Amino acid sequence: MEHLYEILKHVDGFIYPNEIELQWGILIILYPYITGLVAGAFILASLERVFKIKVLRPTYHLALLTALAFLIVAGLPLVSHLGHPFRSYEILTTPQLGSAMAIFGFVYLWYLMVVLLLEIWFDYRYDLVIWSNESKGIKRRIYKILTLGVTDISPKALAWDKKLGYIITVIGIPSAFLLHGYVGFIFGSIKANPWWSTVLMPVIFLLSAMVSGIALVMFLYMVVSWIRKVKIDMACLDEIGKFLFMVLILDFTLESLDQVHRIYEAEESFEILHMLVTGKLTYTLFIFQGLMGTIIPLLTLGFFRMYLPKEKLRKPIYFLVSCLVLFGVFFMRWNVVIGGQLFSKSFLGFTSFKLGMVGLEGFWMALVWMIMPFLILSFILWLLPPWKKHSEETV
Amino acid sequence: MGTKRMNASRRNFLKKSAALAGTILATSALAPFNAIIFAAGEPEDKTKIWYGIGIDIEKCIGCGMCAKACKSENNVPKEPFYYRSWVEQYTIKNDGSINVVSPNGGIDGFTQTVPEEELFKTFFVPKMCNHCAKSPCTQVCPVGATFESPEGITLVDKEYCIGCAYCIQACPYGCRYLHPVTKTADKCTLCYHRITKGLKPACVEVCPTGARIYGDLNDKEGELHKFLKEHNCQVLKPNLNTGSKLFYNGLSAEVR
Amino acid sequence: MPVQLKTLIPLFAVFIILFLIARHFLIPDSFGKYGHYRANSIDEIAALPINYAGKAVCIDCHDTEAELLASDAHAGLSCEVCHGPNAKHADDYEIKEYLIKQGTREFCGRCHSLNPARKIEVINQIDIKEHHPEKENCIDCHNPHAVWELKE
Ligand code: HEC
Ligand code: HEC
Ligand code: HEC
Ligand code: HEC
Repeated sequence: MEHLYEILKHVDGFIYPNEIELQWGILIILYPYITGLVAGAFILASLERVFKIKVLRPTYHLALLTALAFLIVAGLPLVSHLGHPFRSYEILTTPQLGSAMAIFGFVYLWYLMVVLLLEIWFDYRYDLVIWSNESKGIKRRIYKILTLGVTDISPKALAWDKKLGYIITVIGIPSAFLLHGYVGFIFGSIKANPWWSTVLMPVIFLLSAMVSGIALVMFLYMVVSWIRKVKIDMACLDEIGKFLFMVLILDFTLESLDQVHRIYEAEESFEILHMLVTGKLTYTLFIFQGLMGTIIPLLTLGFFRMYLPKEKLRKPIYFLVSCLVLFGVFFMRWNVVIGGQLFSKSFLGFTSFKLGMVGLEGFWMALVWMIMPFLILSFILWLLPPWKKHSEETV
Repeated sequence: MGTKRMNASRRNFLKKSAALAGTILATSALAPFNAIIFAAGEPEDKTKIWYGIGIDIEKCIGCGMCAKACKSENNVPKEPFYYRSWVEQYTIKNDGSINVVSPNGGIDGFTQTVPEEELFKTFFVPKMCNHCAKSPCTQVCPVGATFESPEGITLVDKEYCIGCAYCIQACPYGCRYLHPVTKTADKCTLCYHRITKGLKPACVEVCPTGARIYGDLNDKEGELHKFLKEHNCQVLKPNLNTGSKLFYNGLSAEVR
Repeated sequence: MPVQLKTLIPLFAVFIILFLIARHFLIPDSFGKYGHYRANSIDEIAALPINYAGKAVCIDCHDTEAELLASDAHAGLSCEVCHGPNAKHADDYEIKEYLIKQGTREFCGRCHSLNPARKIEVINQIDIKEHHPEKENCIDCHNPHAVWELKE
């Protein structure tokens, strides 16, 4: 409790006495951040499949597997931040349906089991059967289990794989929207908090999720290509850049609209939010999220729409842009989660927040959560390498 | 939100939809306008007890005994971060500036440092859970660990709470905290363990001036009804439509 | 039916059935009796021990103090405002370690010290430093129970 006494000294103005401690810290920032990456990556994958954007083909499987790796981790920071993690099953057994958070368990399971796993399974089933015959030892076992015993690879069965996979993708798009729109709703539905309570919140979350997910796939595609020492498909990268640009514009417009609306309506909470934005959130909002995460990528990608520089130049720029966007969206989540708790609901003062280094809610732990999906992804890529798929030509 | 309401709605469902729509329209048009309804919504059962609270700001002397007693009665951690009930002192100066303080929730008492000639007005506001009829906090609980009891008291089941702190975010009045020992949400119970034994809530018991009353909102002869009738009462943040059942007499517009 | 579904449908069915079975055992008994919560928790909260016994209880044994108190300006005060939470003492009067008997300037000053936020109609205030400084404690002059019974 030492840190609370420390914070007590840094309280500005008046806050309700229970508001000194921020209830939601870095872990709750990671939760919407990671789910956002999932939703975004998945939507990028579906673009290829459902909207038949063929140039995106090289990233299709990567995007899917990325979504899976991040989804596996997505719920963990949330659960580990609970006061009683072992009671978390209650969300599934007795969900209180009036609560946005209660649906989380089901949305999560739906998305994991029905959408992602099934889509990947349909997509890889043919290869799993082949690989289970080709490889030896433990790997062979794993592949065998993963086929779930469905080893029929007649053209008829393969046609079904394709068909069912397609249906799942079509279901998957609204599911991805649901998954993240709903995360926005968790915040947007809190009428007590004027910084959160806006109908646009789910939409903003969704768009920023798409932005971050697309940037993540862009980033990973380049990294994976470098590691594998294969040539990056520039047409594909440009296409991703194009989509990133489009969604960024939408995201930027809506977020600005939200702020303009706030400023123009200037409700009861306006003064305190103004102080928040120009005070405690200056760096994270204007510099990190606004300038670095949005404006610079927007201008760069916009410039690329008019003039495409040489490949040698474009690659590092794309790389940089994807990093900036990922960084910016992280701080978007930061500004929502932390910003919403810094000011008092009495609108008369601020508490303060300092990210600790150690402990369950500390920086290092957050870093672990952030690295974990990448490790899982490397494992999945090792197990199910998209570049070794046999079915490539048949699909 | 008991089974009763569920059954009723199910029964309604069986009726023809046209008839249903008609009834809803008719009842909503005919329902007499009720001043308390506006603020607090409707009790589940008008024949049963439905608790509300009244606080008379004119009478509050800011001794902080209520906040102190609350901690002793409910074994609330003594650290200055956890309060089920606390007192704020508002000081509005002639230059228009508002200063609000609540040192240790008022438990150690207050002093007024602003000299009298600079004062525009100053007063105390005791705060506690509003026991809202349309509680935003119970609405967001993912597992049903916080709920409104049949008597209209918002309670937390500490054996069932998962400690997600969503309810703490949802309370507009800052009345909840995460208990550092049990790691569950905790809040004012209107001393449920006392009032069910016929005792007054601890804060009401120790209030030296009778600034706090509590009682049955369904009892038209009761003390609380008398209080509401004789004073111009207001609830906190009425714009949020929480159905607050904590009524303040003499609430100044500055109070949040 | 495609071969894939022949495996997947039973698999999902097993998952769902397992979940429903687990759910059945995990839901507490009284859950949902009154609403979407554990009805027993109400009784558990109601059964918590009390710490403040209430004025009515103190009066049962301490009729002298009670009469004194009722006779004067402090009639509205509860015994436990000044004496602290004492349900334990009320149960067993031998237990006296939680009894507070304070009559210091600071203690009485919590209610009586000057503060413009206090309405004079509600409470009479004095400057606790300037008011009759010849004696140290308030109760050296005032009887805490019958405050106008001045000792001299
Ligand atoms: C069962 C009867 C009983 C009840 C109820 C009771 N008391 Fe007492 N109390 C006594 C007796 C007997 C003594 C004297 C004990 C002694 O002198 O050893 C006493 C002593 C005291 C004293 C003086 C202690 C001292 O140090 O001299 C105080 C103060 C007091 N009680 C306050 C209270 C308060 C406040 C309550 C209500 C919560 C209360 N009592 C309830 C029986 C009771
Ligand atoms: C304004 C505060 C106040 C209130 C209210 C109050 N007391 Fe006291 N009481 C005191 C103080 C101070 C003393 C110590 C007196 C002394 O030491 O001379 C005291 C002493 C006592 C004693 C011990 C008397 C003795 O001779 O040692 C008893 C018994 C007692 N109080 C009972 C009660 C009861 C019962 C009530 C409620 C009906 C009550 N008091 C209300 C302040 C209070
Ligand atoms: C918990 C608050 C509280 C405490 C503590 C308290 N009092 Fe009082 N006192 C009151 C109230 C309330 C009144 C009633 C005022 C009225 O009716 O005008 C009062 C009245 C009085 C009066 C009569 C004032 C008048 O105008 O008639 C005196 C004298 C007094 N108290 C002295 C004391 C002393 C001495 C102590 C310390 C032992 C003390 N009080 C502790 C609340 C308190
Ligand atoms: C030396 C004795 C003495 C002491 C000590 C003393 N008082 Fe008094 N008090 C009096 C007398 C005598 C009066 C009658 C009016 C006057 O002289 O001010 C009085 C009056 C009061 C009044 C009523 C004031 C009014 O304007 O009617 C209050 C309230 C009061 N005292 C509270 C206290 C408190 C609180 C303390 C402790 C800080 C205290 N007294 C200490 C003797 C004393």
